[in-house]
Amino acid sequence: MAIDHRDEATDDGRIAALVQPLAPRPGREVVTAGFVALVDCAPLIVARDKGFAERQGLELTLVRETSWANIRDRIFLGHFDAAQMLAPMTIAATLGLGLPAAPVLAPLVLDLNGNAITVTTAVKDAMRRTGDAGDLDRPGAAGAALKRIVAARREAGEMPLTFGMTYPFSSHNYELRYWLASAGIDPDRDVRLTVVPPPMMAATMSAGHVDGYCVGAPWPTVAVAAGIGHVVATSVALKPGSMEKVLGVRKAWADRHPERLDALIRAVTAACAWCDDPANRPELAAMLARPGILDVSADLILAALSGRILTDPGAAPVPVANYLRFSGRNRPSVAGARWYAAEMVRWGQTANLDAALAAAGITFRGDLYDRALGLAGPASADRAVTLFDGVTFDANDPAAYLARLANDA
Amino acid sequence: MVDTRLTILLIDENPVRSAILDDGLREAGYTNIVRLDTTHELLRRVFSVDPDVIIIDLANPSRDVLEQMFQVSRTVKRPVAVFVDQSDTAMIEAAVDAGVSAYIVDGLKKERIKPILDMTVSRFNAFDRLSRELEQARSELAERKIIERAKGILMKSRGISEEEAFVLLRKTAMNEKKKLAEIAQSVVTAAQLLG
Repeated sequence: MAIDHRDEATDDGRIAALVQPLAPRPGREVVTAGFVALVDCAPLIVARDKGFAERQGLELTLVRETSWANIRDRIFLGHFDAAQMLAPMTIAATLGLGLPAAPVLAPLVLDLNGNAITVTTAVKDAMRRTGDAGDLDRPGAAGAALKRIVAARREAGEMPLTFGMTYPFSSHNYELRYWLASAGIDPDRDVRLTVVPPPMMAATMSAGHVDGYCVGAPWPTVAVAAGIGHVVATSVALKPGSMEKVLGVRKAWADRHPERLDALIRAVTAACAWCDDPANRPELAAMLARPGILDVSADLILAALSGRILTDPGAAPVPVANYLRFSGRNRPSVAGARWYAAEMVRWGQTANLDAALAAAGITFRGDLYDRALGLAGPASADRAVTLFDGVTFDANDPAAYLARLANDA
Repeated sequence: MVDTRLTILLIDENPVRSAILDDGLREAGYTNIVRLDTTHELLRRVFSVDPDVIIIDLANPSRDVLEQMFQVSRTVKRPVAVFVDQSDTAMIEAAVDAGVSAYIVDGLKKERIKPILDMTVSRFNAFDRLSRELEQARSELAERKIIERAKGILMKSRGISEEEAFVLLRKTAMNEKKKLAEIAQSVVTAAQLLG
């Protein structure tokens, strides 16, 4: 006899039990945020998984995206209230560079530094052979060695070197360009720059499509661990204390839900502090290593979190102080944002310096950070930063900085 | 009225979905369609196809690559994200929901792209629905098989009828607030362990 196998009564009960804990509890506000597979998505993951969001009355829903363009579009459409965003990307969104303006605010800095430039073994060997380039551990000497290689290749009629970076409006693009230009290499004429998605950097190098790349943790050392790459400069050496990713929020959402914004800022700030506690690093590395987050070995992530950077295959890791920091400087800095605005002008992404500086000012909102945390605001703002080659960027006078670099070139 | 002269480039790492979309566009009268299921040598291939419209799935990380290419390259006509046109937020929203992004050569009129995007969205959604239904059918089939095996084991070891075996499984499932298939699986596992 035929038996009806459907057993809907128990199935329904089971499904109801599964679904229930996922539904927002009464009194908890849902916030949807996007992230990309990079170590500095950590504050968002931790805010969700270690209860910081819940303690602020938020139900944080996180969505992994494969490209920065998707993050930008889904913020614009209102699919996301917030997202891990590249600091300069928020300024470009405010300016509407290449796209319609999508008003975004940056009320919190997720991390400082964390990037590095990796080159192939062939390039590193050639750099060593240049001889008088000095100590290659210093970014200036490494750049000088690269300059000789670039010149030699041009004389020999060989193809220019190709470098990967992550997005036109990214710290990686500007840090790479700054390093190249400081060595007298024109990033637009002497080499080729191409966008490569962060998780594909090492594979792209392995396939021979790039000779080097600049990207955030953990991807710089993935090529080193694979035995094909060498880290030649970290972003903390190039430009110490540089704002890397920010918590970007839709302005319309922030205006409509000030309490939710404050709660989100508090939750993620607490998560940043948790991430920086050395005692939490092994747990954090394991959290980020999961397939739905980064899907890379926890050891590589732990090394990045601990500032033990693999620079050459087979060699011991090199300690790099402040390689990646989540906490301590979470208040958005307009001065730091003005450097990104100046770089956009320097590399021809926009001609209007005043508009770019104004966009930096209206996007980076230290006052919202102060409001959320009940702070009075800083007594004095840090206005100037000195880069690895001795050039100082004074946020009060970006035009002078641009003029000096134009004269050097 | 569709403009059948447009050259359409489909970039989708899912070859089945890409084929389904290709068919749909051809049925609608478009004849110049090129499919790429890998982003290897993207610039060279975009250059050689010289498309008027590029459709790329949102899960493809090469979107950022494509956008930078359009910004810096002088060798391809300047496609822009459909976004820039900003003419029809509902259309864009439907596209993003379906997992589609489109780029068009600057200046191409909205009326010419709309039927292509509509077709893409409906085919992507249909594909998604089919995939989910297929997955559900697969798991239902697997569940049914495991229940059959559990019934067989119970019938043999306890000397009961098929109907009695099923009633026993269902009763246990209800008592333990578990799915029938889970109870069946544990019966099969236990039988394997006990030889």
